[in-house]
Amino acid sequence: MPLNDFQPVIGLEVHAQLLTKSKLFCGCSTEFGAEPNQNTCPVCLAMPGVLPVFNQRVAEFAIRTGLALGCTIKKTSVWSRKNYFYPDLPKGYQITQYDQPICEWGALTIDTPEGEKTVRIRRIHMEEDAGKNVHDAAVGESLVDLNRAGVPLLEIVSEPDLRSADEAVEYLKALRDVLVYLGVNDGNMEEGSFRCDVNVSVMRKGETQYGQRCELKNINSFRFIKQAAEYEISRHVEVLESGGKIDQETRLWDTQRGETRSMRSKEDAHDYRYFPEPDLPPLHLADALIDEVAQGLPELPRTKFKRFMSQYGIPAYDAKLLCAERPLAEFFEACTQHYKDYKKLSNWFQGELARLLNESGGTVSISTLKFTPAQFGELLSAVEKGTLSNNAAKDVFAEMFREGKSPEAIIAEKGLAQVSDAGAVEAVVDDVLAKNAGEAEKYRAGKKQIFGFFVGQVMKAMKGKGNPALVNELLKKKLGD
Amino acid sequence: MVLTELSMLELAAKLSSGEITSLEATRACLARIAQVDGQVKAFLRLDEKGALAAAEASDARRKAGNPASPLDGVPIGLKDIFLTEGRETTCASRILQGFIPPYDATVVRLLREAGLPIVGKLNMDEFAMGSSTEGSAFGPTHNPWDLERTPGGSSGGSAAAVAACEVFGALGTDTGGSIRQPAALTNTVGLKPTYGRVSRYGVIAYASSLDQVGPMTRTVADTAALLQILARHDPLDSTSAKVEAPDYREDLEGGVRGLRLGVPREYFTDGMDPEVEQAVREALKAYEHMGATLVDVSLPHTKYALATYYLLATAEASSNLARYDGIRFGLRAKDAKGLKELYGLTRERGFGPEVKRRIMLGTYALSAGYYDAYYLRAQKVRTLIRQDFASAFEQVDALVSPTSPVPAFKLGEKVADPLSMYLMDIFTLPCNLAGLPGLSLPCGFTKSNLPIGLQILGKPFDEARLLRIARAFEREHGFTRRFPTL
Repeated sequence: MPLNDFQPVIGLEVHAQLLTKSKLFCGCSTEFGAEPNQNTCPVCLAMPGVLPVFNQRVAEFAIRTGLALGCTIKKTSVWSRKNYFYPDLPKGYQITQYDQPICEWGALTIDTPEGEKTVRIRRIHMEEDAGKNVHDAAVGESLVDLNRAGVPLLEIVSEPDLRSADEAVEYLKALRDVLVYLGVNDGNMEEGSFRCDVNVSVMRKGETQYGQRCELKNINSFRFIKQAAEYEISRHVEVLESGGKIDQETRLWDTQRGETRSMRSKEDAHDYRYFPEPDLPPLHLADALIDEVAQGLPELPRTKFKRFMSQYGIPAYDAKLLCAERPLAEFFEACTQHYKDYKKLSNWFQGELARLLNESGGTVSISTLKFTPAQFGELLSAVEKGTLSNNAAKDVFAEMFREGKSPEAIIAEKGLAQVSDAGAVEAVVDDVLAKNAGEAEKYRAGKKQIFGFFVGQVMKAMKGKGNPALVNELLKKKLGD
Repeated sequence: MVLTELSMLELAAKLSSGEITSLEATRACLARIAQVDGQVKAFLRLDEKGALAAAEASDARRKAGNPASPLDGVPIGLKDIFLTEGRETTCASRILQGFIPPYDATVVRLLREAGLPIVGKLNMDEFAMGSSTEGSAFGPTHNPWDLERTPGGSSGGSAAAVAACEVFGALGTDTGGSIRQPAALTNTVGLKPTYGRVSRYGVIAYASSLDQVGPMTRTVADTAALLQILARHDPLDSTSAKVEAPDYREDLEGGVRGLRLGVPREYFTDGMDPEVEQAVREALKAYEHMGATLVDVSLPHTKYALATYYLLATAEASSNLARYDGIRFGLRAKDAKGLKELYGLTRERGFGPEVKRRIMLGTYALSAGYYDAYYLRAQKVRTLIRQDFASAFEQVDALVSPTSPVPAFKLGEKVADPLSMYLMDIFTLPCNLAGLPGLSLPCGFTKSNLPIGLQILGKPFDEARLLRIARAFEREHGFTRRFPTL
């Protein structure tokens, strides 16, 4: 097993599109899905004579991200030009940050089978996105859509601290959770608003010198990232084991064939000719702004997860699910004000609520729920008090989900209130036993497994509203147990 | 007096009194252009319809007693580097031939708002790279004082049009002397304001950290009046200064008594034309006479300015000109097979030789492995040059020097020798490197009747003082009311 003789080394460069309303250097909309070239102006089309004007909101987003990841926020950072020719790069250069980025040296903690692991983050910088080339093979033409040109991005660069494809995916998931929690990114990999380049190398175990690395460009799902990184690791090991040498190059992941392919080698690597952007002064950040952003930082997913376990006494599995999305976690917390059996509450979140959300096919989300935490609490309390059966509660809940009515109203409307009146239940039990005297005889003779039959008959007669505990108790008593 | 020989403010006074209408003045310009521009070739394009419509609107405002500015109705010309909405703008380059901008440059908007009819677009060196206007893709402009000679550059069309009384004033741009040198060679007044004083938005970029827009006129007061319209903060230009503009005409007649004028010894070099040196020395004496004190000062890093300028300006240019790629506007090589060839052929056919030379120089200076040796080193020297000026201005109020080492040279004389052409900017470009304001004004003529220019350099945002110093000389020894015979 030669693979075991090697240690993979992985570092990641993540590009996260920021959720600002307007672009980085002009007032154009950043909305996804507009008609081609609709969200453009002379500035983002790079017409002659135009100049960039920095969108200050982007600095707030970058600071928020930097603080959340424990970075040093640089009070002065500098814009640079990265020069290259490509049809979707209208200026012929990208405005980015080079040697003086806005954030440096942070970290992100992830879970691995060996326990917690801290991945160092080397830098976070701001830059503008490029447009998109659309190749129309039928017409034999390429078309350029510049809607995305100038949309603000954060590039988050990790140190090569990751040691397996799984760790890389874990890191990306954790990072995505943080960015989505912060409200700076929508985490959408399919639309490319969260995308990454993966740098992979291997070294023989025990060595300290990293091997030659290859860069895997723009992979758009966690599954593909895992596959591509694993493919690349085995490829490196194979090459090295057969006495070969890894060339530094940029590679693409071919999803069809499940392999990586060379895109360009070091020899034809770009010379980007970076230099400080003369159209933009250095960015100076006031302490007051950094403080203000720090004040507004939300609790981060990992902190929240740990607090949920200790504060609500729920298992890690539950806490993780509940903390996966900020609105979900916040809704859960709101519900805890109205219902104190947190584990049972959590079960309902994972069971009925998750199922209904799922069935809505995305038309309903946590933030558009029609019922309130108080109503949710009311429903669960009714079950606990025995005024509503568990099954009936599910129906009521579905109705609350659809119509947004209070559980009380639905119960009244549908006559679902559970019957816990011992006299009323006893009458039904007597009736059922009378009608099924033969069965009762058999039971008393020892055929205990038919107990459920009587329960079913009683429930049927009561249209499901009989308090199950009471039904059980009375049946056993009358059957002589 | 001939109508077109009036200064902008003289015309404005007549417009104000109702003696002349803007329509008459604009028609006079168009007639003068029709008469002389076949020889001078200052204009690339006229906008008769637009200018006459603007003139008519101005006359209506004047009639209603509601002029938009002191210069409302005064016809003006624009270097073809300024974007004019709906009107072709080429920067004198084939690559932009047929380009109709979708917006106005901020300075163009300000001129329109101030009511000045824009007569047309003026010739220049392609992308403002050059010192003779011979770099224009559409042929050179001729100096009205001697048609065999260059009017200087790159704003040579602007200078020639103003000198030949085809328009009352013009706008130019100055990256290394492109307003001041042609002003000196055509007996006009040209001001390069402090970097950041005037918006660059909508001005086709050559070297972003050096480019600045400025007025070119026939009198100092006109320059002050035009600057008054242009000098303001523009939120669309992030390098635009948030410094309130003073009233530039308020203290114009204040004289130079008590001022300390520095004479930088490095600006009186070997190789300077003796007639130029003599005229400048006489101007210095005149200033002493008017009550100024001359102070010998040194700007020790001057000798590195030329090399520094040509590294930084070309580095920025190589990047600024990358957008002319044939994809979105301007020329496209239609016969290209594939993307690389599209870029290659478009740029090969679209750019002239000087532009290509500078793009290559700049690309080289920024390349991996050369950045530290060239670009970074040049940035450091730029800081030293700035410091030279800063310490000089601790001793003096302004610096006085020749604008150009020689008077107007013959067309074709330096075309084959780019380095000797680069030397034409030797006295003007340190001021751009330092971001300072600089003004050139007429200070005499050679025996063969070629104009000589005097340069005055000042502290940041000290344009008012430069204008006052220039005005003092103009009042006592004025050459500004002399006109070429055409």
